[in-house]
Parts: sequence; C-alpha cells; structure tokens
Amino acid sequence: MTKITLAKGLNAGLRKAMENDPKVVVMGEDVGKLGGVFRITDGLQKDFGEDRVIDTPLAESGILGTAVGLAMRGYRPVCEIQFDGFVYPAYDQIVSQVAKIHFRSQGKIKMPIVIRIPFGGGIGAVEHHSESPEAQFAHTPGLKVVSCSNPVDGYWMIQQAIACDDPVVFLEPKRQYHADKADLDEAASPAPLFSSRVVREGTDVTLLAYGPMVKTCMQSAEAAAGDGLSLEVIDLRTLSPLDMGPVLESVRKTGRAVVVHEAHVNLGLGAEVAARITEQCFYSLESPVLRVGGFDTPYPPSRIEEDFLPDLDRVLDAVDRALAF
Amino acid sequence: MSETTNADFGPGAGEVFGPTHAEGGAELVQLLTPEGERVEHPEFSFDPGDGVDETEMIRGFYRDMTLTRRIDTEATALQRHGELGIWAQLLGQEAAQIGSGRALRPQDYVFPTYREHGVAWCRGIDPLRLLGLFRGVDQGGWDPRDGNFNLYTIVIGAQTLHATGYAMGMQRDGVVGTGDPDRDAAVVAYFGDGASSQGDVNESFIYAASFNAPVVFFCQNNQWAISEPIERQSRIPLYQRALGFGFPGVRVDGNDVLATYAVTKAALQRARDGQGPTFVEAYTYRMGAHTTTDDPTRYRLSEDLEHWKLKDPIARVKAYLTRNGLADEDFFGTVEEEAERLGEHLREGCKALPDPSPLSIFDQVYAEQTEELAAQKAGFAAYLDSFEGAQA
Repeated sequence: MTKITLAKGLNAGLRKAMENDPKVVVMGEDVGKLGGVFRITDGLQKDFGEDRVIDTPLAESGILGTAVGLAMRGYRPVCEIQFDGFVYPAYDQIVSQVAKIHFRSQGKIKMPIVIRIPFGGGIGAVEHHSESPEAQFAHTPGLKVVSCSNPVDGYWMIQQAIACDDPVVFLEPKRQYHADKADLDEAASPAPLFSSRVVREGTDVTLLAYGPMVKTCMQSAEAAAGDGLSLEVIDLRTLSPLDMGPVLESVRKTGRAVVVHEAHVNLGLGAEVAARITEQCFYSLESPVLRVGGFDTPYPPSRIEEDFLPDLDRVLDAVDRALAF
Repeated sequence: MSETTNADFGPGAGEVFGPTHAEGGAELVQLLTPEGERVEHPEFSFDPGDGVDETEMIRGFYRDMTLTRRIDTEATALQRHGELGIWAQLLGQEAAQIGSGRALRPQDYVFPTYREHGVAWCRGIDPLRLLGLFRGVDQGGWDPRDGNFNLYTIVIGAQTLHATGYAMGMQRDGVVGTGDPDRDAAVVAYFGDGASSQGDVNESFIYAASFNAPVVFFCQNNQWAISEPIERQSRIPLYQRALGFGFPGVRVDGNDVLATYAVTKAALQRARDGQGPTFVEAYTYRMGAHTTTDDPTRYRLSEDLEHWKLKDPIARVKAYLTRNGLADEDFFGTVEEEAERLGEHLREGCKALPDPSPLSIFDQVYAEQTEELAAQKAGFAAYLDSFEGAQA
C-alpha cells in the first residue's frame, strides 16, 4: 500500500500503461521535460524517451490530428490537452474524425486514443482554465467519456482508458490533483471502466456526481448526517455511456435524486440523467429530479468563482427542496 | 523614427506577385509541353527506374489517365441519371493524380481528399468502391489497408494532419532512412488550393517540419475552391509558402504527367531517406465543376476553360506518342475498348450496390459495443417489426 495523490495516481497509471504496451505514446504541450503544467507526465520522457513522450508544437488540432494518424499506424496515443478551455481548436478533429473513423470505416480502423483534459474550476485561474466541456463530448456518438474523482480511480481508470479500443475523453478534476491522498493497492482488481459506483450508502435522497463534485457531495452527505438525513452518493465515473443500473437501483430505494456538476445546467449531463430516471423509474419518484450546477453564464472571474460553483450549501438546498416537494 | 506602413512590406494590394495565374510562371517544372514535346529541366528528369521501359511507362500513363477520365465521366453520367447523389469531378487533373500515384511504392501510404479517383486507381482500388460514398450506401467502401489508401476525407485539410501523424508512426517503426528500398516508406497528403487556407494544413506543415516527418504535401492547385479563385486563398504562389515552414516547395506542371511523376518521385525519395517533408504544388485546372451540384458558369469565364483545354493532360501524351511513332491506332483502340468495359462495370455495378440495412448503423459506432446502443438497436428492430408485413 502506498499513499498517493490523484496526480501521482495518474502518473503511475500512465507509467504502467507505457511499460505494458510499447505502442502507447504520450503527446501534448509541455509533457516532456516539464512533466506537464500539472506534472501528470512527470519523469515519463526521461524514462521512455522523446519518441514516446512527445512535446508537440502549440497547436491542439495538430495534437489530435496527428494522434489519428499514429492510431492508424497502430499506436495508442494519449493526448494531453493542457486546459479544458483549450480543447476547442481540436474540436473538429475530435468530433468529425476521432469519433467517426471507426464508423466510417465499418470497423476496419480503430481509434484507441485517450484525450486527457484537466477540467473544472476552483483553482483561482484566469479565463479558459476552469471549464467543464463534458456535455459537448458526451453528446457525440463514437466517443466515450469518463471522469475520475479520486487517486485510486485515477490510477486504474487511465490504464483502462488506454486499453480501450475506442476513443475516450478522460476528464481529470484539476482541483483534486494534489488535494487528497489515498491508499493504492496495486494488486487489487479495479471495477470496469464504464461503471458507476455507490460511494456512500443512504436512504433519503440520492446524490449523483462525478469528478470534482463527488467530494462536494460526500461532504454534503456528511453534514446532512448531522441533521439526521441519510444521503446516498453515487460517483457516475462514466458519462458516455452512462451506467444507469446503480442509479436506478438507488432512486428506487430513495425516491429522490439530485444531480450535481460544475458544468452549466442547461443541456448538461444532469438533464440526460434526470430524463432517464424519469423514463425508467417514474413510479418510484417522490419528487422531480433536481439539478445543481454552474449557472448558464460563462465561467466568471476567479474572485467570484465560489459563487458560481456548486458547494455544500447549494447541494443541501436542493436536497431540502427535493424532500419538501 | 520614421513611420512604417504596410506598403513597406511585400506587394501592395492588387499588385501581381510571382507568376501570373494562367501560365504557372518560370519556376514551373515541365518535361512535356502541351504540344507534346519533351523538354529538359535542370533539376528534374523523367526516369522510369531500372529495368523499366520508358515508352511502356508513358503508354501506361496514357492508359491510366484515359481510364481515370472514363471513371469520372461515367460517374458524372450516373449522377445525372440519379444513381449517385453527387460526384466530385476530376476532369483535367488526371496527370497530377496519375503522375503522383505512379511514383508511390507499395509500402507508401496515401491520404486523399474526396477527388483522388486517379490515385485510387493507381493503388488498385476497384473504382466501383469509390461510388458508394457518392451513392450514399457507405462512407468509404474499401479497406484502407488494401493498397495503403485511406478513406476519402471530406472536411478539407483534416487528412494532412492524419498523414503527418501516420508518417510520425513510420519514423517510430524504423521504416525511414534505413537505405532499404523495400522497407523505407513515406506518406502523401493530398489537398487542394482551398484547403491551403485551413488551420489544419498549416499545423500539419509545422508538425511535419518539427519532427522531420516523411510526408509529401501534394497540393493540386486547380485554381478554384468551388467559386473562389486562388487569389482569395493566397497572395504568393502556394509552393513558396513551404519556405516559411522550413522545407522545400516545388511548383510542377500538374497537367504534365512526366513532370508530376518526376517531382513526386524525388520528393518521396527525400522523405523515405529521412530528409523530411516537401511541398509539391501541382499547377492544374479544374476543367469540370466542383461537384455535380456546382455551376461554374456563374463565376468564371469560358475563355479560361478554353485556354486550359489547350493544356489537356491526356492530349499532350497522345500527341507525343503519336508524333514519335511510339503508339499506333491499335494501342489507342485497345485502351478505348478497355475504357468501354470499365464504364460498363461501373454502370452495372453501381445499380447493384445494395443499400445497407437500417439496423447496421448501430454496429460500428464503437469497437466495444455499449449496452445503450445494443438496446437502441433492439428497440428499433422491434419497432420495424411492429409494422404489418415487416421483414425481420
């Protein structure tokens, strides 16, 4: 057992994947000597060389477009997008090429590309460094989208994403990179990549979250317990495809659900999750599924980001509204 | 300090910089004139390679170009008869495509746009397979690994980055610069004058230069991006852009199959030898429309087309072969018969291309099928079956 942060977990997972498969290449801006601006690729270029850990020119479409060519040649590129807000120059390559080539070629060409994106806010950054673009990718057929919330998941999920023969958008909660430590048991067998997980059991309301909001929901559940409320928390982990099994099971038990994410509420993941819960366990519901998220504004200047981001109080406010319905 | 104005830098607005549009300029590499005369060039010469008969090769080019033109006219006719939804015509660009396509070795890899029907021919793709995309029965009906010919890419310029990445993969596979002619490989990225304005094309130049990737950027400058003339894309001859990215650029007469072959062959060899990318601007003309939905009479002069007809890529090879007694009527007749058979193959085959099953759309979205999609497929199948007389 070793104590690791999310950053260390991801770094160790990347290292393991590179050791296990010589076709895995890491590419992105500053991923080499610097080890990435968040140090997630720290030490990899030193150990695996410049051919496998590639400092690319500063052009995101180029990162993804050349990754497509490498994948066609049999490589498994792991692309780092430096910040969420910088993914848009690569959006065409991701949506029109990466997502569609397997379909276009009727399965003759696989696109085992991982697109790592540090996402979300809460770090006091300037504009374009705190966004949550997951819905844009989850809406795109051909892509799979996952988000890790803790160090141990980071270690396993990055390896599973790299082993996946489909393109995976891998969202990393950047404010969690160096926040908490957890015990890693490398001999354990991880849950499947595309699975959700109950991380705290409860009976009154189900909280559904992923990435950075899992911690917020856990804290909310802890606080609510002091008031005699029992909240169940589910870490969705996979955003496309959604794993609705544990969600439906939980809502059938609690009858109430609140979906929480940093992304804008309008047409966000919460809308899809709420619709599916309504379609699939309508008669178990005691209240409408509520959503807590970022407002439908651009991400604000950082001095007021705490007002924009869902926090414990806003989550519990929604819980109260669900219970009062 | 004196005031600096824009006028101090380069050409002013409206000033002609570089060669004029209709001629291609003095730097144009040409080995066969429009009249069918062989001419020398100080840097490039037509070399068919060891053990290959020069005349046989040129006769082969004639055959390739004639059959390619037949593919194009036949597909255009199929569109007019409603058998294809649309067709992207290549009329006039046969030499650019056959010259470059025949310079490839089997181990090289090609990233086409949606107009490289002649290159597909060189790579052994059954032209019938090209029709599926335009008929709407598939999105690329051949296996890219057969003939190392990628599927057509419709978002212009996107494939130049794929080509560069593929070339970076070749470098990592150790198939560049080994000196073994059967092993060393390179990539050709095709694109057009319109795509030269795309960010992806410019990014691909930067990546290829930075990593010294074995790519030949083969731009068919056919003067028109649908209705927009080359002057809207560039103030300088396109091939001169390469210098700014740090690799050589060459402008070749794209209607001269010998010159296109020679220049592409040299560029490919440079790439295979590990000397990095080259930009080849094949200076040509789109004698047809952009696609069968386009109407060029709305934006260009018929004199322009008449002028370029005199530079026809096939006519000049025929003139050369005939004038020098290298081919007789029998030869031309045989090629014509072959073209007839090819036309019939396309006409009959196109109509027989089956529509895909509606349920097939779910099958290849992912390599690892999701439960969600499997459920959608089952639901849609049940819905279709619910109609009276439905065939499962």
